[in-house]
Amino acid sequence: MASILRFRKLCYVEPCSSLKFQSFETPKIENRDEGGVGSKTQNLLEKKQRKNKNKKQHREWRCIDSCCWVIGYMCTTCWVLLFLYHSLPATLTGFPVPESPGTRLKAEGLTPLHPVVLVPGIVTGGLELWEGRPCAEGLFRKRLWGGGFTEIFKRPLCWLEHLSLHNETGLDPPGIRVRAVPGLVAADYFAPGYFVWAVLIENLAKIGYEGKNMHMAAYDWRLSFQNTEIRDQALTRLKSKIELMYVTNGHKKVVVVPHSMGVIYFLHFMKWVESPPPMGGGGGPSWCAKHIKAIMNIGPAFLGVPKAVSNIFSAEGKDVAYIRAMDPGVLDSEILRLQTLEHVMRASRTWDSIVSLLPKGGDAIWGNLDWSPEDGHSCDLAKKGYLQTSGDTNFNNRDENRVFQVKEPVKYGRIISFGKETSQISSPQLPRHDFKDLPHKDSATNFTSSCGEVWTEYDELSRESIRKITENKAYTAQTLFDLLRFVAPKMMQRAEAHFSHGIADNLDDPKYAHYKYWSNPLETKLPVAPDMEIYSLYGVGIPTERSYVYKMSPSDKCKSIPFRIDGSAEGEAGSCLKNGVYFVDGDDSVPVLSAGLMCAKGWRGRTRFNPSGIATYIREYQHKPPASLLEGRGIESGAHVDIMGNVALIEDVLRISAGATGAQVGGDRIYSDIMRMSERINLQL
Amino acid sequence: MSFLRRRKGKASDSQPAPIEDESEKEQENQKHKQKQKLPSKDGGKPQKWSCVDSCCWFIGFICSIWWFLLFLYNAMPASFPQFVTEAITGPLSDPPGVKLRKEGLMAKHPVVFVPGIVTGGLELWEGHQCADGLFRKRLWGGTFGELYKRPLCWVEHMSLDNETGLDPSGIRVRPVSGLVAADYFAPGYFVWAVLIANLARIGYEEKTMYMASYDWRLSFQNTEVRDQTLSRIKSNIQLMVATNGGNKVVVIPHSMGVLYFLHFMKWVEAPAPMGGGGGSDWCAKHIKAVVNIGGPFLGVPKAVAGLFSIEARDIAVARAFAPGVLDKDVFGLQTLQHMMRMTRTWDSTMSMIPKGGDTIWGGLDWSPEGYCNCSAKKVKNNDTNTAAENRVNYGRIISFGKDVAETHSSKIEMIDFRDAVKGNNLANATHCDVWTEYHEMGVGGVKAVADYKVYTTESVLDLFRFVAPKLMTRGDAHFSYGIADNLDDPEYEHYKYWSNPLETKLPNAPDMEIYSLYGVGIPTERAYVYKLTPTAECYIPFQIDASAEGGSENPCLKGGVFSSDGDETVPVLSAGFMCAKGWRGKTRFNPSGIPTYIREYDHAPPANLLEGRGTQSGAHVDIMGNFALIEDVLRVAAGAKGEDLGGDKVHSDIFKWSENIDLDL
Repeated sequence: MASILRFRKLCYVEPCSSLKFQSFETPKIENRDEGGVGSKTQNLLEKKQRKNKNKKQHREWRCIDSCCWVIGYMCTTCWVLLFLYHSLPATLTGFPVPESPGTRLKAEGLTPLHPVVLVPGIVTGGLELWEGRPCAEGLFRKRLWGGGFTEIFKRPLCWLEHLSLHNETGLDPPGIRVRAVPGLVAADYFAPGYFVWAVLIENLAKIGYEGKNMHMAAYDWRLSFQNTEIRDQALTRLKSKIELMYVTNGHKKVVVVPHSMGVIYFLHFMKWVESPPPMGGGGGPSWCAKHIKAIMNIGPAFLGVPKAVSNIFSAEGKDVAYIRAMDPGVLDSEILRLQTLEHVMRASRTWDSIVSLLPKGGDAIWGNLDWSPEDGHSCDLAKKGYLQTSGDTNFNNRDENRVFQVKEPVKYGRIISFGKETSQISSPQLPRHDFKDLPHKDSATNFTSSCGEVWTEYDELSRESIRKITENKAYTAQTLFDLLRFVAPKMMQRAEAHFSHGIADNLDDPKYAHYKYWSNPLETKLPVAPDMEIYSLYGVGIPTERSYVYKMSPSDKCKSIPFRIDGSAEGEAGSCLKNGVYFVDGDDSVPVLSAGLMCAKGWRGRTRFNPSGIATYIREYQHKPPASLLEGRGIESGAHVDIMGNVALIEDVLRISAGATGAQVGGDRIYSDIMRMSERINLQL
Repeated sequence: MSFLRRRKGKASDSQPAPIEDESEKEQENQKHKQKQKLPSKDGGKPQKWSCVDSCCWFIGFICSIWWFLLFLYNAMPASFPQFVTEAITGPLSDPPGVKLRKEGLMAKHPVVFVPGIVTGGLELWEGHQCADGLFRKRLWGGTFGELYKRPLCWVEHMSLDNETGLDPSGIRVRPVSGLVAADYFAPGYFVWAVLIANLARIGYEEKTMYMASYDWRLSFQNTEVRDQTLSRIKSNIQLMVATNGGNKVVVIPHSMGVLYFLHFMKWVEAPAPMGGGGGSDWCAKHIKAVVNIGGPFLGVPKAVAGLFSIEARDIAVARAFAPGVLDKDVFGLQTLQHMMRMTRTWDSTMSMIPKGGDTIWGGLDWSPEGYCNCSAKKVKNNDTNTAAENRVNYGRIISFGKDVAETHSSKIEMIDFRDAVKGNNLANATHCDVWTEYHEMGVGGVKAVADYKVYTTESVLDLFRFVAPKLMTRGDAHFSYGIADNLDDPEYEHYKYWSNPLETKLPNAPDMEIYSLYGVGIPTERAYVYKLTPTAECYIPFQIDASAEGGSENPCLKGGVFSSDGDETVPVLSAGFMCAKGWRGKTRFNPSGIPTYIREYDHAPPANLLEGRGTQSGAHVDIMGNFALIEDVLRVAAGAKGEDLGGDKVHSDIFKWSENIDLDL
């Protein structure tokens, strides 16, 4: 065994062979250049082969020989290059690197003051196997999620089986234990070379942070928030960790930095920790005031993201729809018998956490059939307008006025519409059907059984009801839930025990003490902690999915998902409709509305959601794509994950954790229409 | 050539034409030759193999085969290696985790691992220029790639400050946290991984297992001062007890972790400024059992050799085979000197200097082991009469010369070194680029040390204070090596006594259990024969005399090292004595009568290469893969008591030796 292990080690040490090997096994992991070399090798190989078939008269140079020659040649060159690359001093390899914010602020004299807690979002945290079925042998404590993802290619079905949760309970299936990776390694890099928290961690370390005052609150992001406590005691561990850091760092409060879904996870935590024991953590009503200095939400999905809708509804997003439009049939072809999307849907529908990201607040926030807070947003001008104004800070409204006159408003409120016209006509023309009493199954029990191994809840729907669903034409954030409850009853039943998506009328109603409301900012009060600060830091200037045009899937085959985004629905030049998706301003995943509304209006000042008047600040970061390939993912990006490498954002986080207050870093910094949008939302405060 | 000639021609204008002509002709000739060659190269390429071509061909061939094999290996089902092994060696027994799960054992008590010295990973958080790009990369543990790429930089970053024993300025190296800290020391070389895997099989997971990783270079109290490591362990244990339904933890320290945890148990109950303020019943409330694996309770003689001349048996053997390689200045490497300079900044090495002095480890003419029993494994049952000849003076931990090691003490002339004047050789020392404290001793000091001839455990301490004063000033502030006369003396409240089991009382926790699990049956270093290094300028002036061989009459002396029974690193005496005698029953060291159990594991080397490091090994680190040991640990973790395991399991003479030791209990 040991000798084989050693053999394996050697294989990985060998630079060139691993390059070649990975170039056809896992093309995405190696960076593009190396992948290019690999494919070039293959091309050359083929050419050489062909050439040699023509020149068969030379007996000495047989085909295999020249193959070997070419491979050997390529190998030697790449070894030489690799050697040269490694022998170069680290500073010479790239272009002159701009000084990182950590180094600069250290020179300014910043030192660590408050301990920092990082809360990763959905998908970015690593998951590892602790117990599995026979097919996953040898993967004990290896990462199934995050890292190399090599197992997807080797044994895709086994991989999906292990990542799925139990369909009824939303917890582990019997015999399988997949757990979150703990520690900073959990989410510093998502895949080799693709940073998530790594840049921020490095900059924090430059001003003096280290393991004892920096903590990654890794949790299993597939579970509903309360279940992470029930199964893993993740909330208790987080509480004890924060208390420990508070004590060992000279009674300095912590600065919490949640990202994406981590934001609502931490909202849940704050309610949990102050609630009495059986359901909560029993920390008492002043726990947050005592232990937390500031919450710096990065790319917060406070009110959910529309992306979650399309994900649950048809397991696709903008990118998938785009691929489909380019090359119809690849994903759906049954020739390969892959059924990728169906498998993905089956796995992701067992993840309760996705439901936490469905749009919250219903029509009041997200707009109804005819109205939406973003009315008047123009995608075309959005980009240009920002680029002009991004330089000066006192952004005035002249540009916006120009934006408003352009066209008739897009009806963003219709999150799902069937057919492009329905997404545009006025509401009285829309047909209305009630599908709640429709039969779920026809007499078609053989229907499911013939459908093979993939089970999605769609198999239980009859064609009749599917047709009825499409006839109903348009769905808003409120009616959407009826739709989802109809097409995925089990999932919604499971998940709605853990999450709620409404707006509270009376926050003092005792029912709001239940944990299912804790992650919805519109149904909870912030803790009583007047000294605390809440920041919302997010990118703007990238078109972000907001609503979808759907169509029925053409194939009547039972195994397929019956709905899909209509990739052919295109607006005229400059409109917000592309490939069946309406876009608004945002950070590529979270629309500005969801990220900014709470801090701009819902919690601003003393409101019923924020009874103690915790100060809130909005810091927007204008997206600038990287200037050249050498910059990688850019140091001024505003994209949802890439923003973690944004130097301005990092500087803000560093300053706050070194003791600055919101006013000292410059208060609000707004580029988008968020203030205007929130004015238009009629939310009782 | 032609170029040179032409220049010459130009310089002398008188007769330019013919020479230039000549040179041009030559050039043309060369061109012709080249032209003749070129087409033959072009056309000949497919026909003729040039050297480069065959090289390329060869490399390509190897690569292709390699990739093919790799592909096969990756396509191979994961159970294949096991299948092959079974086919060769016969069916393997189930790993203990699987076996015990079938018996119905379930995870019950949370488990805390305390890794030992050297095995825990260390990573870089802040470094000098030369360590660019290593942020959060492992400097220690893992592949050690940086050691080869930039050795001096590496040594610089691994060293601590020579005065404070803490970080040097501008460098922060911190322990890796989590189970990954010490599951594998290097890729493929397991430490805790096998135990973790087996615990996982009966239901353990991250939330019920905790690796108490700490920076093993620091003195124990400094880990709290710098990293608050002890506070973190305390908080984590409390958390695990609270989240696992009040089940107390089972602590599994290994090697130096044993001393570290002793320190922790005293720290946690001591009042706040110096201790953790947990109150006098903290251990009773939170700890079910301490399962010590290979514990050097009373130190290890290896630490003496390590501190004195940064060598051990392995290095001495290497020297015997190829004298000079390690000491030659040819490469300008001075490996040992660099190593010594680095390790001498690590306070933790001093925690393992033998404790208890001559009472425990033996005097000039007496030792608890008394006789050599290195070959005892073979003649175990009838060793009484053969042993008489093999009397060894184990008590003399360092002797200069083989004859000195064997003659009776009355015949040895000992000249006291303590007052010897150290030669002031600072001027000479400056040209040695590596600084060890030896350079300050000068020739006179070195000679004085050698003249004392024989050192016992107690005088070895004086020796260290003489040869490495700075090291020992630091060490004496954090560790103590004596035996307490009166444990109630308030001086013993100081943290420097906490890791010495002979100067502390165990906590008041009658329900707790203390196990000592260790391997036996491997010759273990116990005492050394030294000699002076021939040239004594920039070198370490002392080294083990590898030529001292005992031969047949004294099989325990090999390569200048006297061995006794143990697990290759820790002698049985150190690992077993406290549980066999010092803490057995209600003694002054164990006032509440915590039950102690000794479980020894007889070493059986792996039968063949396929077994790797073996499932019945008793070696210091390999024992972590010993199935019998794992089974014991699993049973304790699942709730079994000492009696359920079968109480003591003893293969060595530990009880006999303990009787020889006259310790006031």
